[in-house]
Amino acid sequence: MRALLMWLMLLVPLSAQAAIDAYEFSDEQKEERFQQLTNELRCPKCQNQNIADSDAPLAADLRREVHRMLEAGEPNESIIDFMVTRYGDFVLYRPRVNETTWLLWYGPFVLLGIGILVVVLISRNRRQNSASTSEATPPAAPGRYQASDSLSTEEAERLNKLLQRDSDQ
Amino acid sequence: MIIPELGEYTLILALCFAVLLATVPMVGASRGNALWMDFARPLSKGMFLFTLISFLCLSWSFLDNDFSVVYVASNSNTALPWYYRLSAVWGGHEGSLLLWVLILAAWTLAVAIKSRNLPQDIIARVLAVMGWVSIGFYLFILFTSSPFERYLPGFPQEGADLNPLLQDFGLIVHPPMLYMGYVGFAVSFAFAIAALLSGRLDAAWARWSRPWTSVAWAFLTLGIALGSWWAYYELGWGGWWFWDPVENASLMPWLVGTALIHSLAVTEKRGVFKSWTVLLAIFAFSLSLLGTFLVRSGVLTSVHAFASDPERGLFILIMLAVVIGGSLLLYAIRAGQMRSESSFGLLSRESLLLVNNVLLVVSCAMVLLGTIYPLIVDALGMGKLSVGPPYFNALFVPLMAIMLVFMGAGVVSRWKQTPMSMLVHQLWLPGLCALVLGLAATWLYAGELQAWVTIGLVLAWWVVLAGGRDLYNRLRHRREKLAGLLKQTRSYYGMVLAHLGVAVLVVGVALVSIYSEQRDMRMQPGDSITFRDYTFIYEGNRHVEGPNYTSDQGQIRVMLDGKTYAEMKPEKRLYTARGNVMTEAAIDPGFTRDLYVALGEPLENGAWAVRVQYKPYVRWLWLGGLLMTFGGLLAASDPRYRKRRAIAAATS
Amino acid sequence: MNNRKLLAFIPLALFLLLGLFLWRGLSIDPTELPSELADKKRPIPAFELPSLTEPSRLLTPDDLKGEVALLNVWATWCPTCKEEHGFLNRLAQDENVTIYGINYKDEPGKAREWLRRYLNPYQKVVLDQDGSLGLDMGVYGAPETYVLDPEGRVRYRHVGAVDAEVWKTLKQVMAQVEQESRS
Repeated sequence: MRALLMWLMLLVPLSAQAAIDAYEFSDEQKEERFQQLTNELRCPKCQNQNIADSDAPLAADLRREVHRMLEAGEPNESIIDFMVTRYGDFVLYRPRVNETTWLLWYGPFVLLGIGILVVVLISRNRRQNSASTSEATPPAAPGRYQASDSLSTEEAERLNKLLQRDSDQ
Repeated sequence: MIIPELGEYTLILALCFAVLLATVPMVGASRGNALWMDFARPLSKGMFLFTLISFLCLSWSFLDNDFSVVYVASNSNTALPWYYRLSAVWGGHEGSLLLWVLILAAWTLAVAIKSRNLPQDIIARVLAVMGWVSIGFYLFILFTSSPFERYLPGFPQEGADLNPLLQDFGLIVHPPMLYMGYVGFAVSFAFAIAALLSGRLDAAWARWSRPWTSVAWAFLTLGIALGSWWAYYELGWGGWWFWDPVENASLMPWLVGTALIHSLAVTEKRGVFKSWTVLLAIFAFSLSLLGTFLVRSGVLTSVHAFASDPERGLFILIMLAVVIGGSLLLYAIRAGQMRSESSFGLLSRESLLLVNNVLLVVSCAMVLLGTIYPLIVDALGMGKLSVGPPYFNALFVPLMAIMLVFMGAGVVSRWKQTPMSMLVHQLWLPGLCALVLGLAATWLYAGELQAWVTIGLVLAWWVVLAGGRDLYNRLRHRREKLAGLLKQTRSYYGMVLAHLGVAVLVVGVALVSIYSEQRDMRMQPGDSITFRDYTFIYEGNRHVEGPNYTSDQGQIRVMLDGKTYAEMKPEKRLYTARGNVMTEAAIDPGFTRDLYVALGEPLENGAWAVRVQYKPYVRWLWLGGLLMTFGGLLAASDPRYRKRRAIAAATS
Repeated sequence: MNNRKLLAFIPLALFLLLGLFLWRGLSIDPTELPSELADKKRPIPAFELPSLTEPSRLLTPDDLKGEVALLNVWATWCPTCKEEHGFLNRLAQDENVTIYGINYKDEPGKAREWLRRYLNPYQKVVLDQDGSLGLDMGVYGAPETYVLDPEGRVRYRHVGAVDAEVWKTLKQVMAQVEQESRS
């Protein structure tokens, strides 16, 4: 029975409701910064939510801290540092760029570079190969597939055979 | 009642059919034994029939409130309306897996019926591969996650109720559509494996695989769009994409599936990229399976993952190793021998489509990397970190922006070789117009030129106008323009529609991301706030009783130009069975903007915390998704696929 | 040609690497957070809060120094705290372990009643009514149990109930810290 109860509790999302509080801000910029900061800080207690969306008590505490520090005129960096010294890098939805995250931040761009390079190499390679062959092939009859154009000789033959039957039908 | 036992029994029978399907036709195909190959179709039908019976048994148990079944007791309740009792069948882990295998069996059946005209050995192999995949899932259900387990001897008199988040229309339709997409890629996968096994990887293969892939992609698109729509109105935050692992799990196969659709087109038309296309087909389905693992194993934390269980995780991981590992090994052995002999220039439709593929695959790799990076860092003992929306947005948005640029160039380019001068000649005008229209639209809308909004709108126009130029090219030499329009293939219009969908989506994303406005405030009855021309007057709360919940319903009058424009009734519901509190937002939808009001906590003196949001062009997100879906379906319905199949039949 | 054959194995290799990480992932709990304090052997952050048991007395980090001790964060609203309370009593009585407590975001009246009813394993209890000390320490879910060295620095943190299994680990850590501080 206890196992079942545990299981049931696990199944219920921890938060099914929006966290809405009514903070007053001395100016609009601070309100914008508040929204940005609370959206980029992760609630340590919750499944996968930022502290803006979570209704966990801890998230509410952290929102209150962010609000307090903003109103005290602290810059974003010190608010983020405040969180990291307490809960570690885990609270940052925007991971810091360091040795641990180089692969994360730069990996995709390296991959993109490799990809583009491969495309260029392939199409050059292909063009050189074809320079000799494509001119040698006589222009095909319209509607007929030809070898070396896109298909191997066998493939072209087979496809043409198929098309032939089509028109025979 | 023995209905649940019948369900379990028929599921075992379905497994037996799957085992036969996986072996008999496969052996028949390799030995050239026509009789054995002919077993593929009846076996597929049998597998579907028994899976369907099993599914109906579980549905019956739900409708019948049979709480002696553990799964029913945990996910249903007598107070639940009948339609939610039915959708509760896939409200939890076990039942959703049963839905998954039902859909897998349905796709198998569809292939068996619709592909009558394929060569016998190909169809035998394709269905056998579907059988292999099915075996994995049947075993998974029967060994680790049977929905038919009973409470013995005593059982509860009342069920625990369906998670209130799932008591909603969006969640009735979202999982089936999503699974149709995930599982649909199993068909592309099966075609790819069959082609690798038979060694006949040619243009004909690509032609057979294309319509299936397009349909699967269309369903996945629809599934993702529905999921986003559901999250938007049901979670109460007004967000539509959270980069949560569960969402990423659906986005990854979509990105690769999109690449696959384009790559298949090249393979069919020009016979190139064969091994690459096969690889994409394997990847698309592998990522669907990987998503299943991520969502159900508990290795990642997510807002809406299933109850996690490492034992299940291990089972899926073994299944992944067999299915993905096996197919990639087969690929490695066979693909090394393939040669494509076609040629194309540095600037050609082929190369531009290849660039599109590279961008989509890199984006997918990026999403995968970001999703599992916390796991990698943790596994290496380097601490815990989080990768969230700021990371994904920072990388995904530029990648997609580059892709949109190539999208415009791609549609007007020609096969084999496209002279630069021709591209410039054709595209300078659309480019210039896109720039002017994009800038003008941004300026007119916002009175400023915010960088990403401007880029988004210019690129959306670019995609549309370049597509227009392509259509113009197609009609230029025809005297009868209207007849010319009708002459274009469905496949072409499918592409146009899908690309238009992308443009619409881009406009929505750009505007709603940058120009959404939100105010959280304390409101007492009589208080009002004016917000983007609308005045919201809070008139107090009313108590409302639902079938299985009680609710505080806020009464908010919205005034526009001094007249009552709308009454909005956001709710805070308490679902009594589990004691869950839910925010039920009130939304006033519109073509160019949504008004979104949600209730927070009650404060002192009868005041409530209220959130008011203005969401410009948010509907365009899902409109774009719908256009893409219809595009995919339209392309798949192109008669030429059926015609080619008729030819194939003639040869076999 | 040979190169081409090798290239075809790249996807498989990448998948196997990924599979290895996923397999490792099955035995890792992604919701458990490391403690910044324990990782960097930082002292308990500065505070000046009343004692739960003697409300007139103010406690500071100095009150938690002197010996290797456990610091337990608890509250009456937390069901798991109730679960582990008996075990903490046993530790204090039978094993002679020094345990300090932090009563976290709780009502003092209820908390005192709780200690009267279920016995008090704590030598001192800090009353952290608004949770500010908990916030500074990076507490994310009660109960949490910290191992402190004689200088009042955090050496280890456990999140969740302390039971016989967990105590084995805690005991080991405490013995090690003890040894270090002697040498």
